[in-house]
Amino acid sequence: MAHPTTGGIRFDHVTVAYDGNVVLDALDLTVAPGEVMALLGPSGSGKTTALRAVAGFVRPASGRVFLGDRDVTGLPPHRRGIGMVVQQYALFPHMRVEENVAFGLRARRVPRAEVRTRVAEALEMTGMGAYARRHPRELSGGQQQRVAIARALAIRPGVLLLDEPLSALDARLRSGMLAELARLHRELPDVTILYVTHDQVEALTLADRIAVMDKARLRACGTPRELYRAPANAFTASFVGNANLLPVTVGRDGALLGETELKVDTGSAVPGASATLCVRPHLVGLGDGPNRLTGTLAELQWRGATHRLYVDVAGHRVMADVRELKAPPGHGEPVSLHFAPGDAVLLPAEVSADDR
Amino acid sequence: MWALFLLLFLPLFALPLLVVLGASFATNWSGVLPSGPTTAHYAAATRGEALQALTTSLVTAVAASLLALTAGTWAALAAAELGKRRRKALDALFVLPLAVPSVVVGLATLVAFSQPPMLLNGTRWIVIVAHTVLVTAFAHQSVSAALTRLDPGYAQAAASLGASPAYVLWRVRLPLLLPSLTAAAGLCFALSMGELSATMMLYPPDWTPLPVLIYAATDRGALFTGSAVAVVLMTATLLVLLAVSRIRTRASYR
Repeated sequence: MAHPTTGGIRFDHVTVAYDGNVVLDALDLTVAPGEVMALLGPSGSGKTTALRAVAGFVRPASGRVFLGDRDVTGLPPHRRGIGMVVQQYALFPHMRVEENVAFGLRARRVPRAEVRTRVAEALEMTGMGAYARRHPRELSGGQQQRVAIARALAIRPGVLLLDEPLSALDARLRSGMLAELARLHRELPDVTILYVTHDQVEALTLADRIAVMDKARLRACGTPRELYRAPANAFTASFVGNANLLPVTVGRDGALLGETELKVDTGSAVPGASATLCVRPHLVGLGDGPNRLTGTLAELQWRGATHRLYVDVAGHRVMADVRELKAPPGHGEPVSLHFAPGDAVLLPAEVSADDR
Repeated sequence: MWALFLLLFLPLFALPLLVVLGASFATNWSGVLPSGPTTAHYAAATRGEALQALTTSLVTAVAASLLALTAGTWAALAAAELGKRRRKALDALFVLPLAVPSVVVGLATLVAFSQPPMLLNGTRWIVIVAHTVLVTAFAHQSVSAALTRLDPGYAQAAASLGASPAYVLWRVRLPLLLPSLTAAAGLCFALSMGELSATMMLYPPDWTPLPVLIYAATDRGALFTGSAVAVVLMTATLLVLLAVSRIRTRASYR
């Protein structure tokens, strides 16, 4: 009854609605076999719903879900053969660590001797071999999450679903577990991973591709580099990394921010149209240079290695991350900023360009 | 705080029990305190008719609790799958035996089971059925309360690991509900041990539970013998509850 699922995940126009409230709107997305796909978005964006549609805990109002070439839309969760790890671990409190890990194998009636070796293997892989006889309550949060991952991996799933697996951990543990997950994926290159998170660092670090979601919709999908260097829209720009989003008017070979003329690649934009200019804060320099912006310093934050400047330029606030300044300017002082024409991207204007 | 507690607790709960305890050892009680200490009442209360009644009560209570627990748990599990409105209706139905006076439940059971093909009148089964009806409400309520508190994440994690719904119920949900199940069992048992009003209308001559015996003893004026039997009833109930609570502490995981 355990179907080995290989061949990735495919959402074919999947719509999910609760009481007429659409929480996932016609999602089309394909995750290639062995790929790590991050579903990145704020809460309520529909990313967890998409994951739960793959697991079988929500039934789509329309559309199909495929695991490999198998249509699993109507299949109950226990017939899907997927591994799942959730934010709250959900380890069975009445079972020891080894019984938790063995659970999926016993449910599939795997012979006892094989259960033992596969449990040992899964615990070894997650570094929890020494804790086999403990109960979940005797473990720390990070250890519990490792056991949850071991439990999901013991059934050797073709698809692994991770629902905010690191959100319940503190920051230091989180970066450790992130490296751990990356290592696990290198050891298990055939496992397709769908990783739901609201943390862009997790998505950028771990994912082969990122699907950015907002308000029940897929907003962009691409490699971390694509989304960071050339975001398709303002929402993606602001959610994947930080971004200055400035309303501009497209000119013949540049853009107009108020009275200031800026040299940027206009691409296919029509002169005279309004657009949003996206510049990453760390690509904005202090002082004179190409594409000079002048304004007054509104706020200054010292972040150890860098200073972040908030500068009011013609009514717009521009962020700049620069190397730590020996003599930072004072509040209200005039400041010049600049950025290279190649570092800016012109995006189509959106109704609410500054929502994030 | 403690003074207030003692002020309420002593006269309301402790004193009546102490009086019964005192009376059970007395031959007469005409002054402030009972006099003429004796254990003769206990000799009577632990053999013959009284011993028979104790066994009857224990068997009835155990059978009724187990039946009620099974029915109540089953109904609570089924109700959890229903929509909100139908679940409310089912809950109301199960609370009905609590809302209706137990004399009425006794009478209803008597009328319902006095006709073939369900002729239980005159057998021990009619007492067990009536007790089951009376205590199922408690079993159902405490199990459905525990079910709403149970994190659905456990069952979902189990299902994602490939466990069928039956396997999930048996290996995950019921074990996690065990503390509530034993608590409900204890409550049902205690209620059944003390049930008098419905039993009075139903019990056949060869199936006399202990509370009926106590009532009969006091009714004919044998207050001290009645007290001794009451203490036996109390002790037996407490011992069983203590045993049940031992299971409960061993089964609680957090």
